[in-house]
Amino acid sequence: MDTQTLIQLLGEGTVQTLIMTLVGTLVSYIIGLPVGVSLIVTGPNGIRPMPAYNKVMGFLVNVIRSMPFLILMIAFMPYIRMVIGTGIGTWATTSALILAAWPFVARMVEQSLLEVDPGVIEAAQAMGASNMQIIRKVLLLEARPSLLNGAAVATITILGYSAMAGTLGGGGLGDIAIRYGHYRFQPTIMWITIIVLVILVQIMQEIGIKLAAKMDNRIN
Amino acid sequence: MAEHIIRLQGVTKEFDTKGGKVVALKDINLDIERGDSYGIIGLSGAGKSTLVRTINLLEQPTEGKVIFNGSTLTGLGNKDLNLHRRRISMIFQQFNLLMQRDAIGNILFPLEIAGVPKAEALEKAQELLKVVDLEDRAHSYPSQLSGGQKQRIAIARALASDPEVILCDEATSALDPKTTRSILALLRKINEERGITLVVITHEMDVIKQLCNKVAVIEYGEIVERGEVSEIFKKPKTKAARKLFFPDGQSHEKPLTKTSTRNRVRLVFDEATAGEPIIANMIMEVGAPVNFLYANLDVLGGSQKGQMVICLAADRQTAEKQKEYLTAKGVEFIEIDEDETFGEEAEK
Ligand SMILES: Nc1ncnc2c1ncn2[C@@H]1O[C@H](COP(=O)(O)OP(=O)(O)OP(=O)(O)O)[C@@H](O)[C@H]1O
Ligand SMILES: [Mg+2]
Repeated sequence: MDTQTLIQLLGEGTVQTLIMTLVGTLVSYIIGLPVGVSLIVTGPNGIRPMPAYNKVMGFLVNVIRSMPFLILMIAFMPYIRMVIGTGIGTWATTSALILAAWPFVARMVEQSLLEVDPGVIEAAQAMGASNMQIIRKVLLLEARPSLLNGAAVATITILGYSAMAGTLGGGGLGDIAIRYGHYRFQPTIMWITIIVLVILVQIMQEIGIKLAAKMDNRIN
Repeated sequence: MAEHIIRLQGVTKEFDTKGGKVVALKDINLDIERGDSYGIIGLSGAGKSTLVRTINLLEQPTEGKVIFNGSTLTGLGNKDLNLHRRRISMIFQQFNLLMQRDAIGNILFPLEIAGVPKAEALEKAQELLKVVDLEDRAHSYPSQLSGGQKQRIAIARALASDPEVILCDEATSALDPKTTRSILALLRKINEERGITLVVITHEMDVIKQLCNKVAVIEYGEIVERGEVSEIFKKPKTKAARKLFFPDGQSHEKPLTKTSTRNRVRLVFDEATAGEPIIANMIMEVGAPVNFLYANLDVLGGSQKGQMVICLAADRQTAEKQKEYLTAKGVEFIEIDEDETFGEEAEK
């Protein structure tokens, strides 16, 4: 393979990986963030305890989280094929990523919100804030630095998932590593994809940490 | 007739814990008048925090009624309750400021909740920063403020919603003595100038003395004694109140002697009786000496009050004469039981 083709191949792979990771993370947050918030709000010490909902949702999240991603993806594949018409390619993989990652995101969000000082929540209640106001103006804002750190961790985890999904014909850098690096035994390509993945993880981590620190008013 | 702004009627609060039921409040009846600075004092675990938290329903009473401004709060839905809660502010020992908002942002918070238009809210918040003397710290974050400054911001935040009542749960317990005095002075000013009713929870007698006109003593979830601070200071009836008002083991003044525990009396002087050398005159008049055990001077709600513990003559007849003399001179005194301790003895 000449350098030109290689660069093009890796370029496309990187773009696919980034799309899968970012879209996957975004949609996982669209689902996982409200679920995480609801787990805190309806918990035993929450502002609106709902034991039945809390138990059921907590159980669902735990079950999905305890399954290895690869197994989960294989299990979901037939259903994804049914819904979007194909079981391979970027969009099929992204769908699988989302199905596997939202519970992870929900737990990350829950952990971050747990760090919010209960005294501050109580102060807001004493002021006559509604539950919705407490969620928007107290929980999410006070936990913002921790949520951003969590988002960086979630993105990196989902990047890892997307690389694994590549092995199932999912596209992206993982796909390239398997097809060229493994089956055609081209170790150079294998190592290049690894280096690109490491660089992507480093960038995401840096952005997450910097953003979280910048948004945290407790230390500056 | 003075108007009752807060009434607690038969309020009982039980907590279910792993170790069984904990009764934190037992059948509490309490009326607080508009403009009062009402202290609630008791030892740790007596139920003070639980009591104050039932007033704004942060704690739902197991039984009984909470009435605010004539409306019964117990049993209200969240929406109606929240409207009343905006009239009752609260300040806390740990300040409970939003760490991600600056000082003025914290003061704006209750105004945002109430939906006050931005410009109006900002003007008000700025004015309140002046009230608490922190105009120059508008854009400091809580992590950049001292404890006293944080409590000032919390007080400004409490004032933002134009409350009728401010509940203070150990508002100065995390502060040093000097800062405590300035915060108490600020609260006193708010009570006097704005007519805002204060409910002051504390375990420190000094806070009551400096800030309150009335006080209730709470012990094991029950109010055992209540009334005007100056009255209870003069004549505490219950053991619990005596313990709180008498010189205690924490005091740096030690009793001069502990030779006798008999015939002790505690005298209270005020501006009317302090001008005359009453004890010296009594010694001359009756012709028998007394033993001084303890004396100090307090400022009670702005006026000076002295208290003194002396040991009267050992023989009953002379002691009777001494008491008669004191009564004739209008000095309030109470006899201290032989088994009651104070000062050094209390530490054991
Ligand atoms: N949420 C709770 N669950 C169980 N028990 C509680 C709870 N809150 C308070 N209690 C119990 O109720 C009693 C009164 O507590 P409270 O906090 O009102 O006391 P306090 O007078 O404010 O004490 P302190 O001066 O230490 O703050 C205590 O025995 C306490 O253990
Ligand atoms: Mg307490």
